[in-house]
Amino acid sequence: MAERKTLTFAIMDAPYESARSTTALRLIDLAVRRGHNVNVFAYEGAVSVPFAKQTPHPNAVHGRDVAEEDHPNPKDWVQGVMEEAARRGGKVDWVQCGLCVDERGVVESIPGTRRGSPADFWKFVQESDNTLVIPTR
Amino acid sequence: MAKKALSIIATAYRATLEEQDDTIVWLTHALKGAGAELDVLLRGNAVNYAVKGQDASGLAFGERRQTRPPRIDEDVAKLIPKGVKVFIVEDDLRERGLERGDLIAGVEPIGRGQLPRLLGQYEQVWHW
Amino acid sequence: MSRYLFIESLDPFESNDVQQLWELAAGLVRDGQQVTLFLVQNGVLGARQHPRSERLIELAALGVEILADEFSLRERGIRVERLVRGVKPAPLDVVVDLLAEGHKALWH
Repeated sequence: MAERKTLTFAIMDAPYESARSTTALRLIDLAVRRGHNVNVFAYEGAVSVPFAKQTPHPNAVHGRDVAEEDHPNPKDWVQGVMEEAARRGGKVDWVQCGLCVDERGVVESIPGTRRGSPADFWKFVQESDNTLVIPTR
Repeated sequence: MAKKALSIIATAYRATLEEQDDTIVWLTHALKGAGAELDVLLRGNAVNYAVKGQDASGLAFGERRQTRPPRIDEDVAKLIPKGVKVFIVEDDLRERGLERGDLIAGVEPIGRGQLPRLLGQYEQVWHW
Repeated sequence: MSRYLFIESLDPFESNDVQQLWELAAGLVRDGQQVTLFLVQNGVLGARQHPRSERLIELAALGVEILADEFSLRERGIRVERLVRGVKPAPLDVVVDLLAEGHKALWH
């Protein structure tokens, strides 16, 4: 197990629009599995990633109902990462840029996320061992 | 000592009309207000952000008019008196048919060959 | 000496800008720095041998460590034996480890 560090990730992509959203979650998940504490600053479209009202759907093209499709929403993946962190005694501090939340109307996020601002991002940067910005395009 | 960051802005005009701002230039102002030590490097298409006289006014949807269009050149210019150095890649300007006379005052042109040394001056390098 | 981690998610077919990042990586190495270039997502499309592979081969020869995300390779059906010379497959864990070691990380 690696020495426990604190890593900060800034993410910007809304779910379902880019492969970056999934790679970001892969990195966050791996960081948690390797025992690190993780800060996430969700900016712009990324505030929709943990939106509590995402719901799964059936897939008529493939002839599958909701249960058969078994298609987790991104919020479920975020929840999975947070549960993994809790199991390992690590922390995930997920901050949602408040203005970005407001303008998108995605006020309800899953538990474990909190509202914040760019000041939180700067605090994360100062207090963590390293920061990776994953931009959008 | 506070960590110092170089914020490299490359993506340009992404959702700037909806946001009425460039979200990374805006973020830079907000971070500076929160006490951040950071400078900006404009590269790629974002070198156009330093072009004087950008005008995004006039957008309307039915009777709903946009009254506060983004003023990106002004927002970039306002970073400079706040102590943010704004570097701009000269080669990217030239490739886009831009000259120094097209630009707002105060940006610092830098050649691509000087970028390694510039990056070495910062603890953090972010690419937007 | 500084250690850099460049994470390249774009491919050289769709984006001219990828070349710029490769040139910056080369410039840093010539300046005495250490650079790891980690290809991910469509960035791995440039890792399969193709008519313009030479630049990537030159980068590797210059001393840039070039890795390609195993999952992204498998997702796109890119077999290891078809990789450009000097590019090695690697798990995404490497990115986390290099971040934890303090490499200056830049995502493109």
